[in-house]
Amino acid sequence: MKKVALNGAGLLVALFAAFPVYWMVATSLKPHREIFSATPRPVPAHPTLEHYREILTGNLIPGVTFGDFFLNSVLVAVSTVVLSGLVALLAATAVARFRFRLRTTFLIMLLVVQMIPLEALVIPLFLMIQRLGLYNTLPSLILTYLGFSLPFAVWMLRGFVAAVPKELEEAAAIDGASRSQTFRKVLFPLVAPGLVATSIFSFITAWNELIFALTFVNDQSRYTLPVAMTFFFGRDDTAWGSVMAASTLFTLPVIVFFLLVQRRMVSGLVAGAVKG
Amino acid sequence: MSTLTEDTGTAAARETPVRRRSRADRLPYLLLLPCLVVIGVLLLWPLGQVVAMSFFKLDNVRQLRGDRGWPFVGWANYTQILGDPFFRTVLRNTVLFAAANVLLTMVLGTLVGLLLHRLGRRMATFVASCVMLAWATPALTGTIVWKWIFDDTSGLVTWAFNALPDGLSQALFGRTDWSGYGWFNSPLLFFAILTLVVVWHSFPFIAVSVLAGLKSVPSELPEAARVDGAGPWQVFWKITFPVLRPVFGILVVLSTIWDFKVFTQQFVLAGGTQDRPTYMLAIYSYAEAFSPPPKYGVGSAVAVILTLILLLVTGLYVRMVLRQEDES
Repeated sequence: MKKVALNGAGLLVALFAAFPVYWMVATSLKPHREIFSATPRPVPAHPTLEHYREILTGNLIPGVTFGDFFLNSVLVAVSTVVLSGLVALLAATAVARFRFRLRTTFLIMLLVVQMIPLEALVIPLFLMIQRLGLYNTLPSLILTYLGFSLPFAVWMLRGFVAAVPKELEEAAAIDGASRSQTFRKVLFPLVAPGLVATSIFSFITAWNELIFALTFVNDQSRYTLPVAMTFFFGRDDTAWGSVMAASTLFTLPVIVFFLLVQRRMVSGLVAGAVKG
Repeated sequence: MSTLTEDTGTAAARETPVRRRSRADRLPYLLLLPCLVVIGVLLLWPLGQVVAMSFFKLDNVRQLRGDRGWPFVGWANYTQILGDPFFRTVLRNTVLFAAANVLLTMVLGTLVGLLLHRLGRRMATFVASCVMLAWATPALTGTIVWKWIFDDTSGLVTWAFNALPDGLSQALFGRTDWSGYGWFNSPLLFFAILTLVVVWHSFPFIAVSVLAGLKSVPSELPEAARVDGAGPWQVFWKITFPVLRPVFGILVVLSTIWDFKVFTQQFVLAGGTQDRPTYMLAIYSYAEAFSPPPKYGVGSAVAVILTLILLLVTGLYVRMVLRQEDES
């Protein structure tokens, strides 16, 4: 009896959490008539890819396709990931491998800096972008997202660097490897999985961001996906099939990446829940 | 997280006995340099800049480009904002919204965390996976879907209300036909739906963190209490809660910080910055600066006020983390 109640509550929670995501995908697969029918169907009766075809082949504005916006977003996110990963790896190595005077100060600063409300930085960063002549360019966004993702990337990566046994590097040093050789051939391969996990977080930060992308880029052909979606679908409230198809294409990579990083956490979840 | 305080005591001790070569001494600082430059230029400098900008009259983008002068106005932007009755509305909206959202997120997240802890293995995996979906969904698309669910013609909610028996619907709400009903038109309803969206996005993090905390509670304690006849309510407040107190503290502070500066969900749900009655601090600051006519100075002043409020909360957070690192 108690078990039934618990499982029932579990199903309710699962429904509440997953339903919007399901509804997004389901709507994107329904033909127009089903989307606007008086009685909504929980499952598409006649699944169709017409909205995806529409999104992927048509122009959202004359001369600019969904693919172009997708590419802008990928370009910005990947550049952010590479830069942020590189800078974070250097800093994480410093923090995890060396004892120096300002180390604790640096760590506390890292913690505090993550609490800066980024929403409050739109105006001064807009000023900086204007002064640097970067207004209306994708590098303005890459720079911005680099700043946003870096503190967390260092914070996360330092754990991964610290987990690599120091003895391995010492052994390499004894064998005559230089510092940079040790870094490239011993530390880097072992930290790589941590770097991937950290990169995914940076990627999601850059991929999802809306406000700065909306403010720093004016030229429609340079919009990132979030801006393009807000802008074009905000005007046309009725094209729910296309909106949901675009949302699905935007969301899917994020969910896949997120689940990759979270897998360890979920297995941890289950291990703890076995007892119940 | 574990080495922060341990090192403060030993760092000095390790360095004094043997003076390393000066190059090796400099190496960690060289490695840190790019990171410090990025944080300094892209986060700390703008933070100082926003404070500076709040003391100037800036209402033209040419001033930002440096083509025109910046007239210094002292505290004028602040006195203008603080004297404006509308600011009080915005502040009230922000505080009430944050309070309601933190409370609801914490309660729901904790309940789900407790639930996941008690469920069987397969069920727990299933529920946790679904919860992860809500967590992983970007704020933008998550909000778009909720907007579709509340669509006034074909949305699920409009359909559900239309499906209510006419008599019941008439008695409860005074109307039977819900087609074309503007769910986002009244500020109170708007905030209710925004709360739904924000809680949906943020309860998974609380649930997972609470679950991680629960695993650290030795299971003998609650079991012993249950054998002694304690109910679930007593077990939670007398045993689980005190052990998880530090975790709860940090989660409340983090949620407060996040819910105070909600932007994307509100922007998407309201379809921009036109809906003034539902303004909160973050969107107010943005609209002042970027909706024509631009008022970068006033917008900066609002941003500074928001930052100061969050700074207070952050101070609490850092103290908690440091205390935790002390304990572990």
